[in-house]
Amino acid sequence: MSKLLTSELLANIGRSAPPRQEVVTRRDIRKYSVATGQRLEKYLAGDEAPPMYHLALFWDVVELDELTPDGVSIDTLLPKFPLERAMAGGLKIDYHKAIFPGDILVCTRVLTDIYEKQGSQGPLIFYEVTMEVENESGEPVLTEKTTRILR
Amino acid sequence: MSRFKSIKPGDPLPERQFKLDNVQLFLYNSALWNAHRIHYDYPYATDVEGYPGLVIAGPLLGGRRTLREIKWLGDDGKLTSVEYSNRKASYIGETLRSGGKVVSSEQDSGTVELEMYIKNEADEIITPGTAIVRFPVE
Repeated sequence: MSKLLTSELLANIGRSAPPRQEVVTRRDIRKYSVATGQRLEKYLAGDEAPPMYHLALFWDVVELDELTPDGVSIDTLLPKFPLERAMAGGLKIDYHKAIFPGDILVCTRVLTDIYEKQGSQGPLIFYEVTMEVENESGEPVLTEKTTRILR
Repeated sequence: MSRFKSIKPGDPLPERQFKLDNVQLFLYNSALWNAHRIHYDYPYATDVEGYPGLVIAGPLLGGRRTLREIKWLGDDGKLTSVEYSNRKASYIGETLRSGGKVVSSEQDSGTVELEMYIKNEADEIITPGTAIVRFPVE
């Protein structure tokens, strides 16, 4: 039986964020490729984006007063949870098309699940966000499901 | 010729050892615009959150893991799906190992499923996962 998750919180499942559009640049691909230790020349030169580059492309750029004291950006897609310390959970990504410099990509995000589990040091809240990324022609580029954990 | 036909279930992706430093972690979080203090504020990470050191960003480990798959794919393979979970945190200074093996190989579609992992110094799997890759079928 869930102790932390009220019916009001669970009613947020299905909520979506407004679509966001970003332009892929060679410079940003290069930065991401260096930071993740890529070896292939096409990634280091920024000719094509390596897998998981979209995380950098669509990470929220927020102003300083929109960060919590621990430096995390407040995700307006999420309700206020009774636990607040975030940990990475996991990720599933299905790739449909490669990403190149000059691409204009649109992402939509939906809060697809919220659930609670008992951890070794207390209760944990899990939430899942599903992101669909398409190109300007509406063709699917990738689908990502992220699970985050709050403790 | 595609090397797909030579790939068999059980084939290993040899283990590679790596160590991430705080310069790389800084560049990674800068590229994302991720200001989470556990990745750069040592007193905060240890005294407030109770971690033993600066925490390596989960997606950076995932990205690091996909390097193994990319290298293994060679020129003709294509990564179509990846999945992983961050089972345990890892910290700057730890020596980590990534590796995996082929789980299945479908001759008709050229699809190969890989099981992948990252292990810490205590030999615990901290980031288990899978990947689906596709090779051209001749």
